[in-house]
Amino acid sequence: MSRARLKTTDESIMATYSTNEFKGGLKVLLDGDPCTIVDNEFVKPGKGQAFNRVRLKNLKTGRVWERTFKSGESIESADVMDLDMEYVYTDGEFWHFMKTDGSFEQYGASGEAVREAQDWLKEQEVYTVTLWNDAVLTVTPPNFVELQIVETDPGVRGDTATGGTKPATLSTGAVVKVPLFIDNNEVIRVDTRSGEYVSRAK
Amino acid sequence: MTDAEPLDAWKPAASFEALRRRASLYADIRQFFADREVLEVDTPMLSGAMNPDHQIESLAVNHADSPRYLHTSPEFPMKRLLAAGSGPIWQLCRVFRKGEIGRRHNPEFTMLEWYRPGFDEHQLMQEVTALLEAVQGGPVATQVVSYREAFRQQAGFDPLAIDLAELRRLTRTRFDWSDDERDSMLDLWLAEVVEPGLPPDVLTYIHAWPDSMAALARIEPDRDSGVPVARRFEAFWQGMELANGYFELTDAAEQTQRFEREHRLRARGRQHVAPMDRYLQAALVAGMPECAGVALGVDRLLMALTGEKDIRRVLAFPEDRA
Repeated sequence: MSRARLKTTDESIMATYSTNEFKGGLKVLLDGDPCTIVDNEFVKPGKGQAFNRVRLKNLKTGRVWERTFKSGESIESADVMDLDMEYVYTDGEFWHFMKTDGSFEQYGASGEAVREAQDWLKEQEVYTVTLWNDAVLTVTPPNFVELQIVETDPGVRGDTATGGTKPATLSTGAVVKVPLFIDNNEVIRVDTRSGEYVSRAK
Repeated sequence: MTDAEPLDAWKPAASFEALRRRASLYADIRQFFADREVLEVDTPMLSGAMNPDHQIESLAVNHADSPRYLHTSPEFPMKRLLAAGSGPIWQLCRVFRKGEIGRRHNPEFTMLEWYRPGFDEHQLMQEVTALLEAVQGGPVATQVVSYREAFRQQAGFDPLAIDLAELRRLTRTRFDWSDDERDSMLDLWLAEVVEPGLPPDVLTYIHAWPDSMAALARIEPDRDSGVPVARRFEAFWQGMELANGYFELTDAAEQTQRFEREHRLRARGRQHVAPMDRYLQAALVAGMPECAGVALGVDRLLMALTGEKDIRRVLAFPEDRA
């Protein structure tokens, strides 16, 4: 992947991508917001102007939108990267994550940045932390986490067949529906994408 | 590129069924023109002159000390044959267009081009229909609509009359994009709104194009409105642009002016500018017969016939496997 490097007036280095380099997953800046390219379609009447019809996901808001670029146009790349980091603690204002590469380097994430992960935060669990210009943009939980139940109705012994459910509050404060046989203080496996109970933790 | 290539990338991207259909399509095309006594010709792929059209990029090839260009269509040498007295001619060949990669684009593709002395664009449209019926093996429903009418129906505005500010406003609202160039915006509306709105099963000819998009078609006042329009048509079928034809410009001086305009647009866009094709110019000065000509994308025709939605599915080895 060739990245054209341009010197800007303030001497910072800015990389740009031309439409012919567009592909899924590329991180770019659009209207000042970091975005990831979802889909890129080349459109051209035989004798006419060539376009790229691009679907982008705004990494700050999660909103997906469609933009049309004249082919050959360039847009600025966004200095965005995904890193594995372990959740350490929160001081109430920031949620602190630590790199897993042995550097012990820590990053503080704002409440906005952890919004989607907040229900599934567990100390020492590893999360995908998306950095933009070296600051935490978003935190994505693993697809499955194991969390302890802190409050639910007593388990109904032997009831594994009726399919009934009841609410259970987890250590993070999240409430999930669990089968009737699950008891207080049990550790369960939850799918963070759907927020649904999967199984008892092994 | 660090992207992992699939392990089966050495295999064809198209099914053998599609490749067999391609072979039978070529045979049908040859038969069609043989029956009509149109002469099959071959012209060079490599040429010292380049297509000046600013919307089409040629691939340059290192060749001794002077650059050569892979043709983007066989139009110029075929016109030299016409001027030399060939009579009706056709050609099936590979052409090359830099940077055109997508679901309907491969930078190397197969073009069918033919010229009919004595025909105008309407007669040639009928012959395009006859060809498609022959290769499909059955009747094809058709409609002929002017560029103006197609825009009125699908986009809701008159593309010849609309003023630039209003076109920019509409384009910005619809596409989150706009441009100072009128033609660029009309191209976007055509590709994204007009074309997708055409009935896929009806072979639709859009004719009478804005004079700024004439390329090498004659410009004449529209019979109804008096507005100058290009005697150009494009054929759309199964949701794709399939063919582009002209009642050909034969005036050498006017053609030089049009090439000069393309050169100016190229210079402005910082695109490569190559010398004009002096042989074509000399041929037009010597005199090219009144004729109509059309170029048809054979890979897309194959897509239309097989129902494939991605050009890769009708190519043995598309660009990423070539």
